[in-house]
Amino acid sequence: MEKKAKYAKAAALLALLGIAAALPWLLGKYQVRILTLAMAWTIATLSLNLILGYAGQASLAHGAFLGIGAYSFGIMVERVGLNFWLSLPLACLVTALLGMLVGLPSLRAKGPYFAIVTLCFNVIILKVFENWNWLSGGIQGQVVPRPAFLVQRWARYYFVLAFLVLTLVVMRLIVKSMLGVTLMSIRSNEDLAEAVGVNSFRNKLLAFVVSCFTVGLAGVLLALENGQLDFTITNYLYSFYLLIYLLIGGVATLSGPVVGTIGLYLLLDYMKNIGIKGVEEFRYFLFGLVLVLVIIFFPMGIVGGARRIWEWARGRLRRGEAQEVAG
Amino acid sequence: MSFFLNQVIIGIQLGSQYVMVALGLTLIFGILDISHFAHGHLYMIGAYLLYMVMVLGGVNYWLALFICMAALALVGMLVERAVYRPLRGQPQINTFIAAIGLILMLETLVRGIQPKALSVPKPIDKTLSFGGISMEVQRLIVIIGAILLITALQLFIKRTRLGTAIEAVAQDREGASLVGISVNRISALTFAVATALAAAAAVFMAPLAFISPEMGGVLILKAFVIVVIGGLGSIKGAIAGGYILGLLEALAIAYVSSAYKDVFAFAVLIVILAVRPTGLFRGRD
Repeated sequence: MEKKAKYAKAAALLALLGIAAALPWLLGKYQVRILTLAMAWTIATLSLNLILGYAGQASLAHGAFLGIGAYSFGIMVERVGLNFWLSLPLACLVTALLGMLVGLPSLRAKGPYFAIVTLCFNVIILKVFENWNWLSGGIQGQVVPRPAFLVQRWARYYFVLAFLVLTLVVMRLIVKSMLGVTLMSIRSNEDLAEAVGVNSFRNKLLAFVVSCFTVGLAGVLLALENGQLDFTITNYLYSFYLLIYLLIGGVATLSGPVVGTIGLYLLLDYMKNIGIKGVEEFRYFLFGLVLVLVIIFFPMGIVGGARRIWEWARGRLRRGEAQEVAG
Repeated sequence: MSFFLNQVIIGIQLGSQYVMVALGLTLIFGILDISHFAHGHLYMIGAYLLYMVMVLGGVNYWLALFICMAALALVGMLVERAVYRPLRGQPQINTFIAAIGLILMLETLVRGIQPKALSVPKPIDKTLSFGGISMEVQRLIVIIGAILLITALQLFIKRTRLGTAIEAVAQDREGASLVGISVNRISALTFAVATALAAAAAVFMAPLAFISPEMGGVLILKAFVIVVIGGLGSIKGAIAGGYILGLLEALAIAYVSSAYKDVFAFAVLIVILAVRPTGLFRGRD
């Protein structure tokens, strides 16, 4: 029975991947671009999921790290003239290194205070990029040249899709590993985890650095898709948006960030282009409202809520069967 | 020397604003263990309400002050009832995230209705000068108004029955409810007092700067910096921390750089938390 369910799940995932692979041939240019961006944002949400969903630390600096990843890549490729395949991992490493420098002081603060410190860091980074024209390229911004094999729109789509699948696989490995279990023990009770010998600070730091590496990757992919960067890529509003994608999708699951980000990103884009007066201006009002309602009524998001309903339905079904047998 | 003294006056005035906002934050934290991150955005709503009442409604500034304080007290109670009370007992991070939702709602709402920055006229548009120091009357209003309100708050908490009830809940929530204090009523009251204080700060400050939908964002972060430095839940700490930050900032703007004016406070916070993760002064645990 268990094995059967496992095969069914694998088949469903493969079918989903097949659909994702077929989409560029079915959709228009604009939709392919939006989906590519949505997938890059999904990688960013997955990175926040590691540190917030599994380790329980709400980082609001991910907007800054996204921008740092994007800018380090753009600067390495365009100004330094480094090779593409070298710049990609290097940009992620730079982001991870900065993440370590930020995590060392800030992870000592707990709960909302960690969130506030990281948000302060994000504001500092935004101000630095806003005022330091040499770094951000000022009004012209920073050009991000694409390698020859990524000039085609569909090629970029598959490139981002490949990285999304890779990120999902790595995240699953982390979550199922000893590190994942340790992080969840820290999330549910840090003092208890410490008492049984877990070095919570070191594990949180490790999760934070891996998370920064991943959000750096998302930044690189966004930079490639846009071809152009300006200082607003480091905006702390992005930290908030990632939080919303994650919470509405469902924290501490792997499908939650995917469902939440792609769903909300497409919905936001739809609302932007719908052409009805008022919808565009007020769409984030709706998101704020949904965030408040979700956190009050469904703290586990869409995926968590769906899972609960599914389990409840299955429980009833089983009980019904059991009663029939007994009767 | 007179340049320096002018900067000190500006610093005290900035500090007065910070103290009024941080006091509400620290009260709410002390009573309810809530990081009320949307407090700065309620301050922003206060400034816009002032614009509506005074500029559009033609009401006198001083009357508008009381209208704004009363209206925002109600809004504060509404926020407590609708958002924070259902989340009581949940992890602190959940209330914090709910507050972010609230922030998005308030900011988009205001920006959607009025995207442009607005200005409010000064009630007394004069500048006093003596011995090389010149000072706009409005700055004096901020400084004196803050002192009056801070004193009133202290008297309220120390001398009235309701005020002592607030302090009792802050010290021991269970003990307070055992002796018959309604925690729900006290938390509603705390939100009303804190939000009215933020509204007063907004009314005092609005004539000195433009009002815009994002004015609350940076302010609330600074208020958090003050609360952390001053000790979580400590009233004295918030007062001292607010004035210190205001002075530091005014001097840093004058002598270091104005482009990075909002960065100093946050850099200070990161350094302090790196050295002492529980804040400078030990507040309530």
